[in-house]
Amino acid sequence: MVNSVKGRHMKHKLKLVLVLLLFCWTTAAAQSDTPLPDTVAAAPSIPPPAPVTNLQAVDTDNDHGHAITLTWEKSADDGAGANAVVAYDVWRWYPFDMDVVDSLRQDLAATRDAVRAFRIDLPRAERALEELREDAAKLNTTRFRVAVPDDSGFTLTVDYALRKLEDTIAYMRDNRPTLMNRIKPEQQELDQALERLTQAHAAFPQNGEWRTVGKALAGATGFTNTGSKDQTSSDFFPDYSDLYYRVEAVTIDPTVRSEAVQVGPVQSTGQWFHTGKIPVVLFVAMFLVFTVTFVQLAKRGTDLYVRPLSGIEAVDDAIGRATEMGRPILYLLGIGVATEVNTIASFSILGRVAKRVAEFQTPIIVPCYDPIVMAVAQEVVKSSFLDAGRSDDYRQESVFFVTNYQFAYVAAVNGIMLRERPATNIYMGKFMAESLLLAETGTLAGSIQIAGTDEIAQIPFFIVSCDYTLIGEELYAASAYLGREPVLLGSLKAQDWAKAVIMVCALIGMVATALGWPAFAHFFQVTG
Amino acid sequence: MKQQLPRIIVLVFGAFLLFQFFVPHESSEWIYEFLLDWIIIIGVFALAVGIWSLFNVHVEKIKTRKFGWKYSYVTLAAFASMVLFGLTAQNGQEWGWFFPFLVTAVLTVMMIVQAWASKGNAKLFLIAAGVFGLSAALIAWLDGSWSFYFQTAAPLQSFMFRRTFDNILVSLHATMFSLLAFFIASAAYRAFRARNVMASLLLIAALVVMSRFNPYLEPLFGEKVNRLSNWLMNVPNLAAQRAIVMGIGLGMVATALKVVLGIERNYMGKG
Repeated sequence: MVNSVKGRHMKHKLKLVLVLLLFCWTTAAAQSDTPLPDTVAAAPSIPPPAPVTNLQAVDTDNDHGHAITLTWEKSADDGAGANAVVAYDVWRWYPFDMDVVDSLRQDLAATRDAVRAFRIDLPRAERALEELREDAAKLNTTRFRVAVPDDSGFTLTVDYALRKLEDTIAYMRDNRPTLMNRIKPEQQELDQALERLTQAHAAFPQNGEWRTVGKALAGATGFTNTGSKDQTSSDFFPDYSDLYYRVEAVTIDPTVRSEAVQVGPVQSTGQWFHTGKIPVVLFVAMFLVFTVTFVQLAKRGTDLYVRPLSGIEAVDDAIGRATEMGRPILYLLGIGVATEVNTIASFSILGRVAKRVAEFQTPIIVPCYDPIVMAVAQEVVKSSFLDAGRSDDYRQESVFFVTNYQFAYVAAVNGIMLRERPATNIYMGKFMAESLLLAETGTLAGSIQIAGTDEIAQIPFFIVSCDYTLIGEELYAASAYLGREPVLLGSLKAQDWAKAVIMVCALIGMVATALGWPAFAHFFQVTG
Repeated sequence: MKQQLPRIIVLVFGAFLLFQFFVPHESSEWIYEFLLDWIIIIGVFALAVGIWSLFNVHVEKIKTRKFGWKYSYVTLAAFASMVLFGLTAQNGQEWGWFFPFLVTAVLTVMMIVQAWASKGNAKLFLIAAGVFGLSAALIAWLDGSWSFYFQTAAPLQSFMFRRTFDNILVSLHATMFSLLAFFIASAAYRAFRARNVMASLLLIAALVVMSRFNPYLEPLFGEKVNRLSNWLMNVPNLAAQRAIVMGIGLGMVATALKVVLGIERNYMGKG
């Protein structure tokens, strides 16, 4: 029994040794430098493919210039025939003056960099020299000395470091004015070279060469050569210059390519109207007509019905509640900047709210996230108090800047909510992640809360935490509702009519597309 | 004229920017970029106004001894310290007299604040501010281990600025943001109470979507819940969102037109 077990163990060990040997041999064989056979089977020679046909070059549409679009019909050997084409090489003719421009541009950039570096490094070097002089005696006597390589080798002298630093500072002082004086002539030279580019392009095919500008994969029938409009960029693409292009079909062997097909001259220019935005123009025009019409109707005294918004109607009650409780109203404009439409809408609502607040003689607190917003909000509140005949009650400190860090702003406003216990919190404008942090704290503080935002992701948070929420467009309508001015109500009516037109267009588009006439839906596609 | 000029400016620039949207030409882009640069320039000046406002509010708070007025000292001291950290940097490894300088400089600011806020002893605090200010200036002049940097961004990488920013401000921001998780839980609890039919529907929809995204529940419910959740997100939810977005777009255009045409003037403070 014992022998049989031992025998089995021996067998296993033997197998293991054999497997290990086999593994070592295969690894060694794989790593050995077995010479490749001398005769590698020669790749079958590929015949040059057929060239592209009908090559055309035009200025790219609806752009600011600096781009040319090439179109062609595929080579007969692309996807058919010998099926040898893998890509298309696109070449552009470059006058040598482009290199001159590039070189001048690099020189100017280097000079500017040097001047900038000197401006920063010279004071540093001067300070370092001062310190080194002060510490020289100490450094020479301490055990840890400054190790500096000098002309004769590697020695430990502070004097050498001092000398080197003095030389560097002297060099910087001497050369900085020279470098600064070089900027202007270098810039002039570059400007002149840029002006010469148009003539240089017109001199085709003298003083230039073909250079590749891109590659289009097999099957492609077009390519757009785009460059920068910035004359100081190495990728600068000149407008109003005669440009020439070549396209070659390339096979898997890069030396085997089709005959080059050439096109040109073509010039790139910017357009004065973006044809891809025609539907927008039409819509804006229609909306303008609606607005002007309804405003005129409103001015003539036509009664315009607008759907009541509970959130807006609650504003008066909320201000009344604050007055009764003797507590302030907190108005937040959100974290948007003054250039955003939602913040502008919020300014309008603030104006209305501040007027009511002034009439009721209730304090208002407006902590701001952005200093420009603060400046505008101060003016809005001040004017509202003036309109209400309560200019003496206006306190500039009631509208103040907090910080433009999102969560620091939240911390500050939450602190105000818990300390001041405002009776009403009004959130109007752009709110992001801070919406729920603010609104929940307001709920804990027991305030009546009215919110309005056009940030889709934040609307549910406000709906959950606030008593009234203006959803999306209602934020933009709120000012008109609060003011009840006929002219503003007219614009609201225009909005409703525009919505009706959009709904009708959407229905027609659905039906037309379902019936196999997609042109109607395609008309509304906006590009660019 | 005082009222007309802003309206004319708004009309001209508003109309220009409206047309600019349809003109891709380089010159139109150039003017647009030029105007955007002006926003940055105005922003820089407005920041100074904003800081002044912040300073003023806290001084006023100290002056009137409003609730929590002591914290205003902390705010102003932190503000002064960060300004100093943002303008100074070490020249080597030694701190030298930087911390005595910092303390005297901050005390100078505090004394000025106190002089401003105090009703009777302003002169005393101003003298103290002068003494501290002089000490700070002397230290700054004599100590070479650190310097003021006004033209370079070196202080923004300095030890004190980076440490206070990374270890205090960033951590505080993260703390505030993390509170959101708890607020979402409390808000969800309120929202999902089945008080009526609509609230019950909301609760069911929420449970379906939550089970889809919960790594532990998702294998239990299988593919059907996944599909139902995706349908809820991609059909009713998306349809409602698109309708809101369309309304928002119209509202934006309407507001912009009202502003450009001078119909809406409330944002200028003309109610």
